[in-house]
Amino acid sequence: MALLEVSNLGIAFGGLQAVSQLDMTIEKGHLYGLIGPNGAGKTTVFNMLTGVYRPTEGNIILDGKDITGKNPEAISKAGIARTFQNIRLFNEMSVLDNVKVGMHNQVPYGLWTGILRLPAYREKEHEMNRKAHALLKIFDLDEQADLKASQLPYGKQRKLEIARALATNPKLLLLDEPAAGMNPNETEELMQTVRSVRDQFGIAILLIEHDMNFVMGICEEIMVLDYGRMIARGDGKAIRNNPKVIAAYLGGD
Amino acid sequence: MALTRLKHMKKTTRSNLITFGIVIVFYLVVEALMAGGLTSSSFEGQLVPICAYVVLAISLNLTVGFLGELSLGHAGFMSVGAFAGVLLWTVLGKTLPAYVALPLAFLAGGLVAGIFGVIVGVPVLRLSGDYLAIVTLAFGEIIKNIINACYLGYDENGLHFSLTDAASMGLAPDGTTLINGAMGITRITKASTFTMGIALVLITLVVILNLIHSRTGRAVMAIRDNEIAAQSVGVDLTRYKLTAFVISAVFAGFAGVLYALNYSSLVARRFDYNTSIQILVFVVLGGMGNIRGSIIAAALLTVLPEMLRGMDDYRMLIYAIVLIVMMIFNQSPQIVAWRKRVAARFTRKKGAPAPQKEVA
Ligand SMILES: Nc1ncnc2c1ncn2[C@@H]1O[C@H](COP(=O)(O)OP(=O)(O)O)[C@@H](O)[C@H]1O
Ligand SMILES: [Mg+2]
Repeated sequence: MALLEVSNLGIAFGGLQAVSQLDMTIEKGHLYGLIGPNGAGKTTVFNMLTGVYRPTEGNIILDGKDITGKNPEAISKAGIARTFQNIRLFNEMSVLDNVKVGMHNQVPYGLWTGILRLPAYREKEHEMNRKAHALLKIFDLDEQADLKASQLPYGKQRKLEIARALATNPKLLLLDEPAAGMNPNETEELMQTVRSVRDQFGIAILLIEHDMNFVMGICEEIMVLDYGRMIARGDGKAIRNNPKVIAAYLGGD
Repeated sequence: MALTRLKHMKKTTRSNLITFGIVIVFYLVVEALMAGGLTSSSFEGQLVPICAYVVLAISLNLTVGFLGELSLGHAGFMSVGAFAGVLLWTVLGKTLPAYVALPLAFLAGGLVAGIFGVIVGVPVLRLSGDYLAIVTLAFGEIIKNIINACYLGYDENGLHFSLTDAASMGLAPDGTTLINGAMGITRITKASTFTMGIALVLITLVVILNLIHSRTGRAVMAIRDNEIAAQSVGVDLTRYKLTAFVISAVFAGFAGVLYALNYSSLVARRFDYNTSIQILVFVVLGGMGNIRGSIIAAALLTVLPEMLRGMDDYRMLIYAIVLIVMMIFNQSPQIVAWRKRVAARFTRKKGAPAPQKEVA
């Protein structure tokens, strides 16, 4: 059974049908790319998968459980984590605390344990600190653990968002334009990191990205969206040579 | 890695210890001055209100600075807490020893204020958007008007209550009036002391600081910084908004009891819109999310008008200047940077390892 089964998914905003009749299958441990022109509906797909928008039609099944129309909090608990196209960090909190908020449901303890500093408090905080530092290290952020998130340079903010998403211990990670605004070196580095995250954590990753080297370089399967419909899916080579994709997005050169 | 962690723990622990230290030193100095007969009676009269306003400012900071929601009705929670606590004190104080009746009065004040926190918070905090300010504003005014119209008394037939006037309570001639409409509660046996006030400040500090540096506190601040992101990592928005708001109300209730038991009478008029705004001013001037700032702003701005009483003509002028200076001290980017540099030099001198990442 696939990790994620999306069938006939669609959403309309008033008169605008932003996504329609979308079918998608995602297997555990694989890397997928979602590409398409601006306004094609890619971010909207993420928003439906994570409960930010409620689909007007179709189903989303994660690991055999129907999560269609559930709220973002429930979907996080079910095992989907994401980053945002416009970075959304907890800006006034430290880099370390950003990741610790990500562990909210992974290392839980109650209100009174915190207020009264019961023995579990030390234990759980210690566990969180240890795990958070390990995650930050993967993204080369451990040196900046005590900085405010807003003090990080742009590229590092994008990485912190991924670290925070991973802290929720997801089965599926959604990355919305993770390389946007990065220079070629940073992009190259991020490719390595994304690949190694998939290998280390054994999770599935679905990413939206305009940088074709990035997408072709790491994604095993690519889906192309145009006007809210999937017009093609396949490996890099098939996508690159697909006349529909060339016409709609890649353009001729 | 272990070192960064240690440094991080140390930094917040150190900062918290300084905050506790300030309160305790203030207490000891004032006690010493009083013992030496060096304080005026008007200053002594301000000591309990100072503690009450410090607790109010800290608790409001939880809602405004840490949750990021605007509340304009903190005095309303103070009011319901004060009335609940004083009523219990009046009734139980006669039969029970003070060391039992007083804590019960405080608990009653906190509990009732907390219940009102739930009543106000549940419908409002479930909505996204800035509705809390307007609803808390209305809450404060409604509470004031309702209590102003309350008549409550008891005689051998039990409790009597009316919302029109004293006569319609139908109290027996030998009955006792508890709340007399706009005249409120009178002939209260004063019970608040400076020591009690400081104890409440310290308890408030322990609870709120521990809360902030816990999983719950992080969830609350995450909501403040970005609701959508907080939800995306599995934080229940309503639950944590409500938790912060209700705890904030509970401590306003405690402060209300402390404040009310410092006087022989209690009227609802005292807890109006202006009082709510005054508490908010303490929080804003002390710095949002800055507990120590709240304490200092509340204490300073509570004593100041009293201390300036002698110089009538300049009183409000000096008050205004102090407000402006505090605002600049806390908000101006240059001054904040300068304070950080001074603090860094100060800690280095004491032999602590020099902070290396100041530049980034
Ligand atoms: N909340 C919304 N309300 C109305 N229209 C929306 C909303 N969100 C997205 N859309 C529309 O849906 C379409 C797809 O947007 P989006 O998913 O952001 O595109 P992409 O991420 O592929 O660039 C756009 O036409 C956009 O204007
Ligand atoms: Mg997009």
